[in-house]
Amino acid sequence: MSELRRKTNPERRAEWWTTLPSAGWLLIFFAIPTLLIVVMSFKPAGPYGGFGEGWSLKAWVDMGNPSYPTVLWRTIRLSLAATLICIALGLPVGFLLGRSDAKTRSILLLLVVVPFWTNFLIRVYAWKVLLHPSGFFRETLVSFGVIGENTLLLYNEWAVLLVMVYAYVPFAILPIYASAEKFDFALLDAARDLGASSIRAFWLVFVPGVSRGVMAAVVMVLIPALGSYIIPELVGGPTGEMIGNKIAQRVFIDRNWPHAAALATVLMIVTLLPVLFAFAQEKRESIAVGKKGGDASS
Amino acid sequence: MSSLRARHPIAVFATAVALLFLYFPILVLVLNSFNASRYGASWEGWSMRWYQLLFSNHSRDIWQSLRLSLVIGVVASVVSMVFGTIAAWALNRYRTRLQQAHFGLIYLPIVAPDILMGISLAIFFVTLNVERNLWAITVAHITFCISYVALAVLARLQDFDGLVVDAARDLGANRWQTIVRVVVPLLAPGILAGGLLAFTLSIDDFVITFFVKGVGFDTLPLKIYSMTKHTKEMPVINALSTLLLTFTFASVWWIQRLTRTRSAT
Repeated sequence: MSELRRKTNPERRAEWWTTLPSAGWLLIFFAIPTLLIVVMSFKPAGPYGGFGEGWSLKAWVDMGNPSYPTVLWRTIRLSLAATLICIALGLPVGFLLGRSDAKTRSILLLLVVVPFWTNFLIRVYAWKVLLHPSGFFRETLVSFGVIGENTLLLYNEWAVLLVMVYAYVPFAILPIYASAEKFDFALLDAARDLGASSIRAFWLVFVPGVSRGVMAAVVMVLIPALGSYIIPELVGGPTGEMIGNKIAQRVFIDRNWPHAAALATVLMIVTLLPVLFAFAQEKRESIAVGKKGGDASS
Repeated sequence: MSSLRARHPIAVFATAVALLFLYFPILVLVLNSFNASRYGASWEGWSMRWYQLLFSNHSRDIWQSLRLSLVIGVVASVVSMVFGTIAAWALNRYRTRLQQAHFGLIYLPIVAPDILMGISLAIFFVTLNVERNLWAITVAHITFCISYVALAVLARLQDFDGLVVDAARDLGANRWQTIVRVVVPLLAPGILAGGLLAFTLSIDDFVITFFVKGVGFDTLPLKIYSMTKHTKEMPVINALSTLLLTFTFASVWWIQRLTRTRSAT
């Protein structure tokens, strides 16, 4: 506090004036609404949608609905699987990006980023067309006898997983590449000289070397995956539903807003866990680096 | 590239698979937009009929929703460019507790899942009994755009030499002149990159708009979504997507060229 008071007044005022617009806006339209989700989950439902008067635990009692644990577990399971696959793909691609020369690298980066620039809905929809019962993909697989005449590619968990990996893999590639760019590839040559096979060197030297990027990739993929809505909505069907679909159903079908708020609170808690984990990891890492006396710049 | 292939066959193979995976559905979609068949299961010959349908009266509301998306995108990106730039300035200049909290407020909207942001704003507007109209959508878009602009400008500020501000003041420029003539031009690439990102995010957003909007006000992604619900409309979406893709590729190429010539001079 004393340090703040010692600062000259105009400087302090300038800080407030430059902080206020964005901080004020995000406080009103982001922080308060987010906390409001939790508060409003303790309201009764209004007779015509919206929220009723007084307080009620009904929405939370309804969370005991036996379909919810199944959906929540599916959400977590599919998101973790998608994250793992995205990172497994992101590691070799990030490695190659880090190793290639400037020209190849800029072309490859552009190729990874361009699908980002096309409408997300359209990209998901493209898979729906591909996997459609009368679509190209299934017909081809059936005609080659890979799958049976009656196998459906669409509207199941596998379709959701496939499209999640498709949609989120750039989120894994980019942070791993950002780490790989700073990685000292001479270390790999050293490991090879000392007798490690290239795969061993990749696992024991490169992967730990880009662990920061991998952590960032986990957060960047896992969190949007947990909050997926469009993907299971378009390709999931009833057996591929995730928690996002349940939230939307409560809002748009039953118009039971407190129920939707309670579900959103559950989702919020589930998504906060990886963020806290990443923060803790980051802190532990920076402490470890600090102890070693190396530079702690990030 | 060839030496890379020789030295890292597995990594090159994995990258090729990843890229094929990323582009395959898009390629099939483009091909199907020229396919006479409605379901794209088989090739029934080249046809421009879906494009004709797209430009006929039948698809008038698609173009209307595109216009709505563009208006919201422009307003949201301009407002967030102003707010985000000021925020980045404060974050870069001051090292206080206040700025730590400020950074948290800027960072969290980026990691928060869209659906949480959408439902939270919807609950907020419903609780306050605010009409969920065009303004509500624009407010929501500004909210998720500010953070991206702030981080883009912050990256640019990291190479910014604070001494030029002092120099301008020493040479007699007042505070306003310093901002307009010195600071903003130096930060312009960061501000523009952030604004462009904000614009594309706004144009692309489905989930947040879906929750926030009331009846009516279909932006382009919402219109596309309602079209995906009707199998009959599939080929028209393919045609529209192909046009949007062409537009995206052309603008990426153009921006690349622009930045390349600038760095060459």
